[in-house]
Amino acid sequence: MAETITRSRLEKILKSGYQAVTSECGPPRSSDPSHIIEKGEMIRNHVDSINITDNQTSVTRLCSLAACIHLKQLGVDPVLQMVVRDRNRIALQSDILGAASFGINNVLCLSGDHQSFGDNPQAQNVFDLDSMQLIQTVRHMRDEGKFLSGDVIKVPPNLFVGAAANPFGDPFKIRVPRLAKKVACGAEFIQTQCIYNLDKFEKWMEGVRERGLHEKVFIMAGITPLRSVGMARYLQKNVPGMDVPDALIERMKGVEKNQQAQEGINIAVESIQRLKEVKGVAGFHVMAIEWEEKVPEIVERSGLYPRPQID
Amino acid sequence: MIVGEQKPFEEIWEMVKDHKQLTVFGCNTCVAVCHQGGNKEAGILASQLKMRATQDGVDIQIVDSGIERQCEHEFFEKTEDLIRKSEAVLSLACGIGVQFMASKYPSTPIYPALNTTFLGDVPETGLFTEKCQACGDCVLGITGGVCPVSRCAKRLFNGPCGGSTTGKCEISKTVDCAWQLVIDRLEAMGRLGDYEKVMPVKDWSKDRSGGPRSFKLEDF
Repeated sequence: MAETITRSRLEKILKSGYQAVTSECGPPRSSDPSHIIEKGEMIRNHVDSINITDNQTSVTRLCSLAACIHLKQLGVDPVLQMVVRDRNRIALQSDILGAASFGINNVLCLSGDHQSFGDNPQAQNVFDLDSMQLIQTVRHMRDEGKFLSGDVIKVPPNLFVGAAANPFGDPFKIRVPRLAKKVACGAEFIQTQCIYNLDKFEKWMEGVRERGLHEKVFIMAGITPLRSVGMARYLQKNVPGMDVPDALIERMKGVEKNQQAQEGINIAVESIQRLKEVKGVAGFHVMAIEWEEKVPEIVERSGLYPRPQID
Repeated sequence: MIVGEQKPFEEIWEMVKDHKQLTVFGCNTCVAVCHQGGNKEAGILASQLKMRATQDGVDIQIVDSGIERQCEHEFFEKTEDLIRKSEAVLSLACGIGVQFMASKYPSTPIYPALNTTFLGDVPETGLFTEKCQACGDCVLGITGGVCPVSRCAKRLFNGPCGGSTTGKCEISKTVDCAWQLVIDRLEAMGRLGDYEKVMPVKDWSKDRSGGPRSFKLEDF
């Protein structure tokens, strides 16, 4: 096994050569944490680590850090998602220290959706740093033991650093260079956008392998089961950077309405099974949006269960 | 240039209707180009206000005037008397002109007739688009002449984000993705390889964040 740097379970799984499985939970729009705890309990045995989203789609929710602490207290290995939309470098560095102080071992560095999609479109956005610079910041804090200001951190935060990649964003020709840039900034694992166009993803992976990037960063393929043909159409038409091929919509349309959710699960399982064979795919990030109860079924049917016992 | 848009008429009327005398005062440079705040628009707005005053039976004497620029002392010479005698002024200048007048005539109410919207260009007749946010530390030399601060909705220095779709920004199908434009320019110049240079963390202290900015020519 390659030497691990942090106490992250995700890092240990990936560096042991297993295909890792992560999932994600969205915190509630409430101060009641029971929702996130239930979700965590529901999937904890089927995944290695659980991402907590950070005010996803710019809708105000219980904060990612607090939700991560709730999961940590259950013994789960959380991945703290951090967007640069809402906090400047002072707040970001402060929250990184706070997360590390609770033994949170993973961070995913993101730009964040624009606030115009959320419940406060009138809000100021921050973007003091961008996602690449946040990756650099966490690595700098961990590896150099220093703040961005250069001041020494007495006990540096020890986090496994991740980033997102969207092979389906435009322009396609810079999507591999963009990954290279994130790797150069210090990303150690990648969780991709939801993959529906497998051919295009595989083409992107070809480019990734040509540059040897799969040997420098662990790439986890993003999988989101479709619940209905309506959801498939919505993603295709209304979500920027999402690539849902017509053939998939036809397939969903071809089954009875009450069978569409099951068909969506089937597609997710088939996608994982196909992508498991793609060289350089180091694991799967299963994002069952407000449908976490289906994660165990997807993981089991994909042959990714039981999860390796490591620690 | 500075681009502005006239405020809704009702908002303007509410600001000025309680005065007995009002001078509607155009600024004939930047905001005249966008047909919102020039001396001609000042005349039109004054007429509209007079009509409204008549309709509502409000007794308010309205005159219109204007100068080339409301942001420099020398242009005020010809209208000095008029302004001094005015009870209130409705300025069609940008926010700079309004403030310049307010500091020049400390006891006269100066109301803004425009919302100052952005620093932009005129890519086609009647169209104005934002191109600069005066961040104080220009990066156009690195980004192929396309500004990520003013033209990327997330002002990303290492874009594009995952929301870039067929050249458009995730916030609207009518907004160009700035990073698509950066990449197109780099490619056209044979410098696409430069895309992979990581742009460092920005020093925002030269931007608005650092407080109000000024500079002084030492020779003057």
